[in-house]
Amino acid sequence: MIEAIWKFEFLQNAFLAGILIGIIAPLLGVFLVVRRQALIADALSHITLAGIAASLLMGKYVTSWQAVNPVYMGMGFSAVGSLFIEQLRKVYKHFEELAIPITLSGGIGLGVVFISLADGFNSDLFNYLFGSVIAISRGDLLAVSVITFVVLVVVIMLYKELFFLSFDEEHAIVSGIRGKWIHIVFILIVAFVIAVSMQIVGVLLVSALMTLPVAASIRVAKGFKQTIFLSIIIGECSVIGGLVLAYYLDIAPGGTIVLLSAIILVLILLFKRWKQGKS
Amino acid sequence: MTTNANMIDVNNISFHYGDRYVLEDVSFSVPKGAFVGLVGPNGSGKSTLIKIILGLLKPQKGQVQLLGNKVNKFQQWCKVGYVSQKANSFNSGFPATVFEVVSMGLTSKLGLFRFMNSTHKQAVADALALVGMEEYSESNIGELSGGQQQRVFIARALVSDPDFLILDEPTVGVDSGSTSEFYNLLGKLNKENGITLLLVTHDIGTITDKVTHVACLNRTLHFHGETEEFEQFNESDLSDFYGHHVHVLNHDHGHGGV
Ligand SMILES: Nc1ncnc2c1ncn2[C@@H]1O[C@H](COP(=O)(O)OP(=O)(O)O)[C@@H](O)[C@H]1O
Ligand SMILES: [Mg+2]
Repeated sequence: MIEAIWKFEFLQNAFLAGILIGIIAPLLGVFLVVRRQALIADALSHITLAGIAASLLMGKYVTSWQAVNPVYMGMGFSAVGSLFIEQLRKVYKHFEELAIPITLSGGIGLGVVFISLADGFNSDLFNYLFGSVIAISRGDLLAVSVITFVVLVVVIMLYKELFFLSFDEEHAIVSGIRGKWIHIVFILIVAFVIAVSMQIVGVLLVSALMTLPVAASIRVAKGFKQTIFLSIIIGECSVIGGLVLAYYLDIAPGGTIVLLSAIILVLILLFKRWKQGKS
Repeated sequence: MTTNANMIDVNNISFHYGDRYVLEDVSFSVPKGAFVGLVGPNGSGKSTLIKIILGLLKPQKGQVQLLGNKVNKFQQWCKVGYVSQKANSFNSGFPATVFEVVSMGLTSKLGLFRFMNSTHKQAVADALALVGMEEYSESNIGELSGGQQQRVFIARALVSDPDFLILDEPTVGVDSGSTSEFYNLLGKLNKENGITLLLVTHDIGTITDKVTHVACLNRTLHFHGETEEFEQFNESDLSDFYGHHVHVLNHDHGHGGV
């Protein structure tokens, strides 16, 4: 496999992009999980799919549009969707979680309409649903790199504000934190991470990569920073292991990556049980 | 900032949720260095008043000034510490150590894009020592008892070295032994560290020996003044106010005027 990586550019792209996604998806996932907003990732991934389908549809009618990476339109949809969710959360103040099914079903509806208009599935779209090792271009890798850089800068610079807002929003606001702006910045970077992760992990499984590593680490970590580091380590193990397996078994990587993180989760839960049983 | 003798001035505040008046024409002030006990039965509007003071709710009438500035213009939030009524109703599975929780209190003092250095870490350790929780620094907050969590939240409010502390029923869910210890700590913060305190409680009797001023709220303000005067306030007046019989304990007063 190492040889193959040297030989095939697409494998290099997939691995490098996978390693970056293995950092940023669980990193943002930690904040989503502790705020009980893990499902936002699902809603946004479906909106992103609608964007990608729209882009593929446009490519059918406007030949020059085919040169545009569908991920960009996916990102655009995802960003608009994320702002829509923030707005809905305000409208339904006491039923914040309603924002998620509303956006999710809206996204699916739009996606289905665009897909039928484009005369059904083609292989490109299939890749976006389940992820692919071979579909990652240099352009995709570049997009992932830029998003990774932006996410890391935002999370490091706003770390203490994000942490405080996640723990206790009312207090954070009393101590003068501009919660509204920080929420918007945060949800926008979530939208971008989902859009760039889709090609490798697939629409249906993006949210799993954001939440399963967190679900595992939260059981064993002490404190917030440790939870973040452990989630990233678990995310990386799943992504790298999953890509290797997907390459050898010739299957869509989304499934292998998510199955690996689910196995790690189960092992950690069993380990925790065993340790508690002993003490 | 204008120089002003009062930490807080509340002027003719009225507030309603929907068409139900919760506060009507409430005015009172908290002088610098005072320890004000705000008392009243459940549902009398105490928490609502605190949220208005902190700018979390906007009153339909009247205005609030903090250190002489209108609350919506107020900038120095790091000088104000707040412990809310539901401080320990957070998600107890939240993965944060006690150290991390107390560090939150430094967020606004540090400002955007700045990180903690060793001085700040020392401040966190000192705040934990002040409330006697230093040995739990690395424990997850969810593993502590209610009383211990409450002390951690006090430490979080104290870590930015505030001039003024607002506590909304901080001893709910804390056992009575820790409660009196806790009031001793507040008395010490007021007398020795010179911190102005506004303490909300529905339990009048336990605090009359610590506070310098009392305010009784039940939709409108029924009494506001120094503690000595409050004790002249006779028991039948209080029963009217609470709607049932109340004993006011008499205490010796060690402190002078404010
Ligand atoms: N968000 C809200 N919406 C409607 N009514 C409320 C809300 N919060 C509090 N109230 C009502 O306002 C009154 C005062 O509440 P509160 O200020 O919490 O009282 P206290 O803190 O003195 O127990 C209560 O009758 C309560 O039911
Ligand atoms: Mg209350």
